[in-house]
Amino acid sequence: MSGRRTKPPRAIKTPKVVRRYCMTDPAAELTDGVILQHIPDNTRVIDLGCGDGRLLERLREERKARVLGVEWDLEQVLGTVRRGVAVIQADLDHRLPDIPSNSFDVAVLSQTLQQVRRPKTLLVEMLRIAQRALVVIPNFGYWRIRLQVLRYGRAPVTEELPYEWYNTPNLHFMTMTDVCDLAAQLGIHVRKIIPLINGRAVENAWAPNLRAQNVFYVLERPEAGTVATLEASSPAVDLRDFGE
Amino acid sequence: MTTTEEIEQHSPDDRSVGIVESQKMTLFEPPNRLRLASGAEIGPIEVTYETYGELSPRKDNAIFVCHALTGDAHAAGWPSTSQKKAGWWDEFIGSGKGLDIDGSFVICENVLGGCQGTTGPGSLNPETGTLYCQDFPFLTVGDIVTVHAELVRKLGIERLLAAVGGSLGGMQVLEWAAREPHAFDAAIVLASAAKLSAQGIAFNAVGRRAISTDPAFADGRYYDTEGPKFGLALARMLAHITYLSDVSIEMKFGRRLQEGGNLAYDMQHEVEFQIESYLHYQGTRFVQRFDANSYLYLTRAMDYFDLHERYGSLTNAFAKSDARFLVASYDTDWLFPTSQSQEIVRALLTLGKHTTSVEFGSPYGHDSFLIEHEQLAAMVAPYLEQAAEHRRLHEQRLARETTRQASASPG
Repeated sequence: MSGRRTKPPRAIKTPKVVRRYCMTDPAAELTDGVILQHIPDNTRVIDLGCGDGRLLERLREERKARVLGVEWDLEQVLGTVRRGVAVIQADLDHRLPDIPSNSFDVAVLSQTLQQVRRPKTLLVEMLRIAQRALVVIPNFGYWRIRLQVLRYGRAPVTEELPYEWYNTPNLHFMTMTDVCDLAAQLGIHVRKIIPLINGRAVENAWAPNLRAQNVFYVLERPEAGTVATLEASSPAVDLRDFGE
Repeated sequence: MTTTEEIEQHSPDDRSVGIVESQKMTLFEPPNRLRLASGAEIGPIEVTYETYGELSPRKDNAIFVCHALTGDAHAAGWPSTSQKKAGWWDEFIGSGKGLDIDGSFVICENVLGGCQGTTGPGSLNPETGTLYCQDFPFLTVGDIVTVHAELVRKLGIERLLAAVGGSLGGMQVLEWAAREPHAFDAAIVLASAAKLSAQGIAFNAVGRRAISTDPAFADGRYYDTEGPKFGLALARMLAHITYLSDVSIEMKFGRRLQEGGNLAYDMQHEVEFQIESYLHYQGTRFVQRFDANSYLYLTRAMDYFDLHERYGSLTNAFAKSDARFLVASYDTDWLFPTSQSQEIVRALLTLGKHTTSVEFGSPYGHDSFLIEHEQLAAMVAPYLEQAAEHRRLHEQRLARETTRQASASPG
């Protein structure tokens, strides 16, 4: 620091702050409904980031599912306990190796993939634990986000989580194309894509990567076979993974 | 493993179980004897226990509390003789507390080999007419559980709603689930492990050595003297450190001096820091209430505890259990760290058991489960409610099926 003041080279024009567009989080009823539709009766379901266990309780009651939640926040864990739903307090970035391979039929991950440090690892882990993964994530390919970046040069934020770029829990911004690309890279079978557009699940929507605020994916291991075989699956647990 | 001193300081509140009286029962009376894991046989066994709340007519609301290493049957309330001596878990057991006596029946029994009313090395050996001392047979956690289970049967309870325990108490719950798969609906295991770690054995070894090398120990035949009070106090001081955490010691004592002011620069001044004084106090208090032989037997039982070794694997151990499990650990507990709880959880998940696990945040180290009542109650109370609800539904379903079968079968 010389202490000598120099004239600023040129006045920097601060960009005008405009009211920014916030990504809408889909209503829980919508995502729960879509997820419920894709879970057959009498299956074993694990919900990663299960919140207060609301979805798992419904699955237990309506689908006769055997359920387990994974949740980091203690308050939410307590909420899950109050519903009598089994729950493991764990950080999705670290503790998933504790869950045995093939110990579930379906793994659910709703509005969380963009928040973990290693989404790719998480996807692989989900399909180690279960044959099928149901994933809901925001689609940052949505046209208003694109427009906002282009027109105002601002990073996307979501409505439910009104954070700024420096404190947002959303660590990754992905589009439908990106997700499908990663799936292909990992040899994951994308069995179904349902764009969630303006609070509705719209199957076979046109230009979904432009129109969907959120997307529901059904991902399966390449060898998982059809939905029918999934329902008939037996609890094949590999104890060797745990040195037992 | 109780910091009873901490807990005794609070006074009765309106949610307390109130005045309680310990009860006694004689088990394994002739011709029956208790056969221990070592092959030795012993009997009769006198047990001391306390109960709180009312046993329901259906006898489906009983919760068994397994106490830790130096605990006793007096888990809650106040004995009529003393307004001071609150039970060691008084803030957790009571009306609307973690173990809610409005609706449940809580049992706590002093362990076999203990020194607070249940047969142990300080008891009279009916065969010789002298005190057992070191003739008391070798004990395991399994033997302790055998006696618990016998008491429960004698109380006319076919199946407990839950067994709850921390530390050595948690080991008893785990062992119980393994040897009696239908003993209870819910197993609540706090700050515990499926086997004592090598570090745990190490600390126990030093404690035992402190006792056995005290000249007053006299091979365990010290009951007509003051006994190995220095050795026992030393064992307690050491063990007590392992129940705390660096955070809690720093919080409570820091480097503060006992008499304030300045360092004395005097080797004759033995107790200068507050933490020193505290540990001395803990040691002295402990000698007044605990028997050195019991300490030796119970720490050995703890050392031997290893469900992997006994059942071949943890999954074998729990395979037949029909209980749901709540496994909780504390982030500053370095004696029974979370990794040991996770090991139990992994086995339970592999078996597809109804498993709930949580790591509580608390500065109090291993002793947290005896101190953080509200945090624990917020989890345990709804957990037990759900377990009871599940049991009710299950029994209703069974009853319906029985009725259907009865009406379907001819004649």
